This record gives sequence, structure tokens and C-alpha cells, in this order.
Amino acid sequence: MKTNDSMFDRATPYLFALLFLIGLVAPFAVYPTFLMKILCFGLFACAFNLLLGFAGLLSFGHAAFLGTAGYVCGMLVRDVGLTPEFGLIGGTVAAGVLGWVFGVVAIRRTGIYFAMITLALAQMVYFVVLQVRATGGEDGFQGVPRGNLFGVIDLSDNIAMYYLVLFVFCLGFFVIYRTVHSPFGQILKAIRENEPRAISLGYDVDRFKLMAFVISASLAGLAGATKTLVFQLASLTDVHWHTSGEVVLMTLLGGLGTILGPLVGAATVVSLQSELADSVGSWVTVIMGGIFVVCVMLFRRGIVGELQALIQRAGIR
Amino acid sequence: MEIFGVPSALLGSQLLVGLINGSFYAILSLGLAIIFGLLNIINFAHGAQYMMGAFVAWIALTKFGVNYWVALLLAPIVIGALGVLLERTMLCKLYKLDHLYGLLLTFGLALIFEGVFRDQYGISGQSYPVPALLEGGVNLGFMYLPIYRGWIVVAALTVCFGTWFMIEKTKLGAYLRAGTENPQMVQALGINVPLLITFTYGYGVALAAFAGVLAAPVYQVNPLMGSNLIIVVFAVVVIGGMGSIMGAIVTGLGLGLIEGLTRVFYPEGSAVVVFIIMVIVLLVRPAGLFGKS
Amino acid sequence: MQMKKLITLACSAAIAGLSGTASAQISGDTVKIGVLTDLSGTYSDLAGSGAVLATQMAIDDFIAEAKPSFKVEMVSADHQNKADIASNKAREWFEREGVDAATELVTTSTALAVMKIAKEMNKIALMSGPASTPITNEQCNDVSVHYTYDTYALANGTAKAVTKQGGKTWFFLTADYAFGQALEKDSSAVVVANGGKVLGSVRHPFPASDFSSFLLQAQASGAQIIGLANAGADTTNAIKQASEFGITPKQSLAGLLMFITDVHSLGLKSTQGMYLTTGFYWDLNDATRAWSKRFFDKQKRMPSMVQAGQYSSVLHYLRAVKAAGTDDTAKVMAQMKKTPINDFFAKNGKIRDDGRMIHDMYLVQVKKPEESKYPWDYYHVRQTIPAAEAFQPLSESRCPLIKK
Repeated sequence: MKTNDSMFDRATPYLFALLFLIGLVAPFAVYPTFLMKILCFGLFACAFNLLLGFAGLLSFGHAAFLGTAGYVCGMLVRDVGLTPEFGLIGGTVAAGVLGWVFGVVAIRRTGIYFAMITLALAQMVYFVVLQVRATGGEDGFQGVPRGNLFGVIDLSDNIAMYYLVLFVFCLGFFVIYRTVHSPFGQILKAIRENEPRAISLGYDVDRFKLMAFVISASLAGLAGATKTLVFQLASLTDVHWHTSGEVVLMTLLGGLGTILGPLVGAATVVSLQSELADSVGSWVTVIMGGIFVVCVMLFRRGIVGELQALIQRAGIR
Repeated sequence: MEIFGVPSALLGSQLLVGLINGSFYAILSLGLAIIFGLLNIINFAHGAQYMMGAFVAWIALTKFGVNYWVALLLAPIVIGALGVLLERTMLCKLYKLDHLYGLLLTFGLALIFEGVFRDQYGISGQSYPVPALLEGGVNLGFMYLPIYRGWIVVAALTVCFGTWFMIEKTKLGAYLRAGTENPQMVQALGINVPLLITFTYGYGVALAAFAGVLAAPVYQVNPLMGSNLIIVVFAVVVIGGMGSIMGAIVTGLGLGLIEGLTRVFYPEGSAVVVFIIMVIVLLVRPAGLFGKS
Repeated sequence: MQMKKLITLACSAAIAGLSGTASAQISGDTVKIGVLTDLSGTYSDLAGSGAVLATQMAIDDFIAEAKPSFKVEMVSADHQNKADIASNKAREWFEREGVDAATELVTTSTALAVMKIAKEMNKIALMSGPASTPITNEQCNDVSVHYTYDTYALANGTAKAVTKQGGKTWFFLTADYAFGQALEKDSSAVVVANGGKVLGSVRHPFPASDFSSFLLQAQASGAQIIGLANAGADTTNAIKQASEFGITPKQSLAGLLMFITDVHSLGLKSTQGMYLTTGFYWDLNDATRAWSKRFFDKQKRMPSMVQAGQYSSVLHYLRAVKAAGTDDTAKVMAQMKKTPINDFFAKNGKIRDDGRMIHDMYLVQVKKPEESKYPWDYYHVRQTIPAAEAFQPLSESRCPLIKK
């Protein structure tokens, strides 16, 4: 990650342009709803990766942001009757505020403590969502209309919806990319590598971490709000800790700390879930668990990380 | 007599019930604390290992006619041995890496264990009978206490304090504590640290399995019985202070009591009370009640 | 001999000719049924692979009985109780794979999500597994059938019968979320309407594993009946612990949402004497026994009401397709609603305009261990609740399709 930055930086613009083109034509080849799901979870995983891959903080409660934003967006659109863009903004802001609260409580601890605290906090959010009447409890928050974007573009058309999701993803991805490559991102990396040193250099470490946490939470929220519009529902699954585990898996599988890894990981996990659902039935969780184990034991760099290493080795030779 | 509008008999019984639940928290968080102390790994598979302990007891009874008392010994040994195997083949390769990988590996293992048992035994669970010797109950005046529940408290406390004694007062425990502080030094003194670590993980896992066997006659033995419990136990460990043996035991029992009280005064909140306490404790004492910063 | 063969040939040719014209209206000459169920989670015993098997049995029986000129295919998937997976899968099935009906759909969240998609794409949703009443009330639509049971039928049947038989004072143990609260509210109304009294209730978190605190509160209330307004593992744990604390048999439990799978996993010792309402019991009569035995041979378990209902709903659907000569949604729905359902599962079952299939329900009491003579011999059938009384009357319906 560190050594091959320059090489990839040179190739990156072309790679992004290529991916963007693929993104533009993909809905004509692949089922759009499926692609939208990949993009939503991709953004979710990218947001998560900002925290773990670049700031070294493992949050085991990111589902809380995804889910909360989903419900808030759903309520704004279905019950208040706002247009979808306000739903997205509202969901994102709600997740950001929640992220700030989580951050204030958890940020003083690192490593495993941090993971467990975020997990416990997310569990509280789960119980609130379960019990509040407005969320529909176990039945889920159903029947969210996609509505008209800016009151003009009808989103019930899958292709229109797809391009909105693609736009949202690119926006989120851009924010993450800029964050990582800004001085702020450099400080985050410095904190990850050696926190005491960053402190001795005079950085207010907690404040930077909190900021990273809020950005990550907001973007996870943006992903959740978008997901609610796509599927027209928000459900308890979105706030359950299994979802928090899933996003860790996606990021780990794709490549921790790589900019594209989470998207690749999300695409892999979502496709697996969808494929396995038909073929293996009850073995889905076992296979997911197996992937976790294999990733941790054999290729910790993840798909993208391993690819980068491979290319680099070839380049040296 | 009433206290805050609640009959004192009911209050007494709720406290007792809280203590019983606290015993489970204590024994599970003790296992987690021991493992964390020496291995620096959060054992996410703890809940699954607790579940497997219960299943081993159930399988031993239904397939081989092995009774409860044997199972109480057998299940921890079997699951502990499985733990040793996991430690030797997988966990031991992760010590040099970030702690997070241990958490992620055990998380994956938990998914596998739960999935396999779900596939084999279905989801609705199995019933394990209360052992004949402990059937029935006694009337304590303020409540009817099933003898088995009393046994849970006795057994759990014995094991917890036995473990505490072993770690704090024996030579083996001294090595263990020293190994936690400075593994290189202990290794240099000629003590086999990797073996010590393996043994510790096996013991921590065995504790989970022991709790599982204790739980089998009162809860339905089902593949997901550990997965929700484990999150609460995590919170208990965080409140107590990670790695603190006494902290885990005392916090476990204490939270059981507090949860019991919540169930009388505000039952709706009983699921989150542990987490609320956790947040308060972390704001006041970031290292936990018994932890060292 | 020769003659017979000739006639058969002629007949089949005629049938082929006839149905040839009809099948022109069946898209792709194939009727495709999607089974979207929980193959791995909480409801996998209740529905799960058993529901897939039941569907296959229905298809095989239909082909044997009707010799249709069109093909019948089945696809199945695990929705893992996640509404977004269910919604994604259903959309893909309807849009891409030519699935005509999505069926089973256990858990209300997935059912509601798929109903909406079915409506949008003008396909059919046949629901055997989900329990909640919004399916045929606020959220109802004209392409969905709620087939086997719902919480109203179960809670209503049990609460009414138990109150009438002298269980006048009640205390509820309620899972603290929308579903549990609804169950408690509906049952309380029935208890009061039948001259009973509700002494109180306690809300427990969901899911909970230890019920002793809540049970002690129920015990302290002194109510004759403790109503369990929860489901699944919560119910089974509560029952098990009630017997442990000596609460039963002094006070009786009433399971407001219980299935034979729960009784099977708990055993008769701790469930004996309980009343519950069910839409199907395998040991009801010769027809149910015959079908259930076939099911048992393959699945090694007796069918739950969800699985039996799944068979019946798929068979009814296929017969309607055949009778209507088309798989057009509106025509098939009309055909299904106009034809009474008569098979081992339902006698004169009828699908109402709100999508509710109404049929007789059964109030059963769990046998004592010594009364059980053979495996799965669990219930005394105490009463048949006629279809008209069992389900929520249309006059109380909150479904917009019902004109009042």
C-alpha cells in the first residue's frame, strides 16, 4: 500500500475513467436492481474502509448508521412527503449526527475496545428501532415511494434510479478519495501508523479521529438512505449487528486500506449472497464464515491488495 | 410490605433471579477476560462455543445416554480440545498482527459453527431435561426456587472463584500473569509460553462450554442461543475492564442484579440497561471499573 | 385392447388439441412458481425446505391429475429473512426469469416487500408463512393471497375458547415490539368481549432468553391464564421455564402464536395441557394422514400448517391457471377467488377480496405425555372453528379494497 502508491496514482485516473464507463453501460447488460445493491453496499464498505483502512479504527456498529439513515430517509419521503433528494440529505445528516454521538463516547479508546463499544452502541440503536412504533418493528418500514427527483425525474423507472445511485456512489467515492489524499487523510494515516508520535507532533488526535468517524458515518448513512429508495423499504436487518459484520467482511475481502477494495468486496459478497441463496440454502452463513477465515488466514491483503502486490512484483521484474 | 410499589417478595425473587442470570454473565465474561488477558484476542466465537457445549451435552444424552453429570465434565473437555485445535492451527498465526484479525477470525468461526449446527439440528432447538437429582424446587417463602437454578449459582460461583484462585494464588497462575505482562521475559525463564497460551485458550473455551451445559436444562438448546448473549457479555467485559479476572466476575453478577431490578421497574428497558451502564462507565472511567488504564 | 389404446390415443390427441389453443395464452408455455422462504434462519423448521418439498409435491400431483399441456417449473431461494434480499430476488424472478407467482414468504417483512413488487409487476404473491394482519388490511392488494393463518385467527381462536372454558383472568407476557403488542391488544379485546378480565401484562425485550423474572411477575398477578404474546424461541423458552418454576400447571399458558414445530421441540412434558389454534393438524382425518405420510417419508418430519398450506395454495393456483387457460394475473386471481378450495387442507375454503383465504381452524389441546401413542401424536382436537368465525370479519377490515 505504501510503496506502490506512486505507480497506482499514475494509473488511477485511467482506471477510474474505465470503471465509470463500465458503470454507465452496465445496466444494459446486468440486472439494474442488483447493480444498485452492489453500489449501495460498495459505498457503505468504502465509508467503513475510510475508518478502518485509513484511520485504523474498527467500528463494529456501522449498521446503525446505514439503518438509521434508511429509516429517516423512508420517513421523510413516505410520511412527510418530501422529494427523494431531501430524503437522501436527511438520512445522511441523521447518520452524521448519530456518528458524532458514537464518536464522542467511543473515540477515546482504540483497537478492540473501540470495536466493542461501537458494537454495544449499535445494539442500543437496534433496540430503539425495534420498539419505536414509527419504524414498523419486525414488519419493516415498507412502501417507500421512489418519487420524483427534484419533483421532475420519475425514479420508478429502474434505469433512472440506477443513474441516481451511480451518481450518489461516485459522489461518496469522490469525497472519500479526496479525504484520503488530503492533508487530513495524511494525518489520519500518521495516527494509524503511530499515534503517540502524531500526538507529540501537536495534533489533536481525538478531534481528527472524531472527524473521520463523522464523515464515515455520514457516508454510510448516504448509502443506507439510497438503499431505502432502491428497495423502497428499510428493515431491521439494516441495523442488526450481522450487517456490521458483513461490511467488515466486504472490506476485508476486497482489500483493507485500498481505495477500490471495498467496492470489489461488496460486489463479491452481494453476488455470492444472491447466487448462494438459490443453490445452497442453509449453508450461506457457513460459507460466509469460511470466507472470513480464509481471508484472515491466507490473504489479508484482500482481492485488490493481492492484485496490487502481484502487479507490483511483475513490474519490478 | 412494598418497596416503591413493588411487593418485597417479588423484589426478593427478582434479585435472586438476577443473581442466577448474573452467574451466566460472570462465567462467560470470565472466559473472555482470561483469553483477552493472555492472548489479546476478543473471542467472538465464545457464544458459539457456549452453544456447542450445550449441544454436546444434548447429543451425549440422546445418542449415547450419557448423563448430565458426566456431560458437565465431558462437554468442556471436548469443546476445550476443539479450542486448543483452533488455537494451534489458526489463532497462533495471528499474534504478531493487529488484534483485529483475531476478532475477525473468531467472528468467522462463530458463523461457521452456528451454520453447521443449524443445518444439522434445525432452528427450533432441542429440550434437555433437568437432571433427576436436581428436579423440583423449594419454597423460600418469597418465591418458589427450582433446585436446579440454585445449583447454577453454586456451580458457577465455584468455578469462577476456583479460577480466580488458580490465577491469583498458584504458581501456574503466576506464570500466566507474568506471561500477560511480559511474554519474552517469561520465555527466557524457561517457561513454555506458547503452551501456556494454548492451555489458556482451551480453558477459556471450556468455561464457555461449561456455561452451555449449565444452561441446557433451563434454556432451549438452539444453534443461536449464544449469538445474542455474547453481545451482552462483551458489554459486561468492557464495563468490568478488559482482562481483569475479578472485574469480570463481580461485574457479571452485579449486572445480573441490575438487570433483574430493571425487569421489575421498567421491563421494556431491561435489554438496553447493560449498554447504558456501559456508556456511563466509559465516560467516567474509560478503562472500565476494574481495569488499569 | 387395441381399441382401448386407440381411444386413449384419440383422447389425448383431442386434449392436446384443446389445450393447444389454451396454452397459447400461457407465457412461454411454462408456469413458473418461485418459492421464496427462509432456508437457514428462525423459520426454517416451520417453512424452509419443507415448504419447497410441499411445492414440488403440489406440482407433481397437479401434473399427474391434470396432465396439463404447459410445463410447470419451480425455483426456490433463501431470503434469509431479509426484506431487501426477498425484494431483490422477487423482482429478478418476475422481470427476468418469467416467474408467475412468488410463494410462501414467511416473515411479514419479506411478505410485505414482495407483495408490493408483485403488484407493481402484475404478478401473484401466495403467502403461506407470514403471520401479521396488515397483509390483508392496510397493506392489502388484489394480487396477493394470505393463505394459511394469521395472528388474528390464532389469537382470537385461542383467547375466545380458553375464556369461554373458564379461563377468566389473564396476564400477558408480551414481546416488546409491534407484533407482540398487536397480538396482546387483539387477544385482550377477545378476552374482555367474552367476559374475561385482563389483570396486567409485562413487556419483555425481543429476543430474550431468560423469562424467569417476567414469569414471576405473571405468577404474582395470580391470573388463571398467562397469554404468551410472542413467537418462536421466546415462546418455547417461556414455556420451558414456566414449568421449571412450577407456574404450570397451577396457572395455564395459552400460546397465541404456536406451531407444531414448537411443541415438537419442547416435548409434551412442558407443553401438556396448553391450548392453541392451528390451521392444520396432520392427524385430523384419513386425507390429512395420507398426505402427511407422503411428506414425512421425504422430510422425516410431520408437516407444519405452513407447509401443508403451501401445498394447498400452489395446487389451487395451478388448477386456476388450467381452468382459466391463461397465466394472466387478473384472470387467474378471479378464477382462484371464484373457485372454492377443497382438498385435505381446507373444506370449502374461500379467498376473500382482501386476499384472506378463510377456512376452518382447529382449537387443539396438547396431550399429556402418557396420552401420546405414536410419534407426533401431540394434539386433542377440541373444537373446529368455522371459517366465518375464525378470521377477522370483513366488517372490521381496514383494507382499502373492501367497499363498505
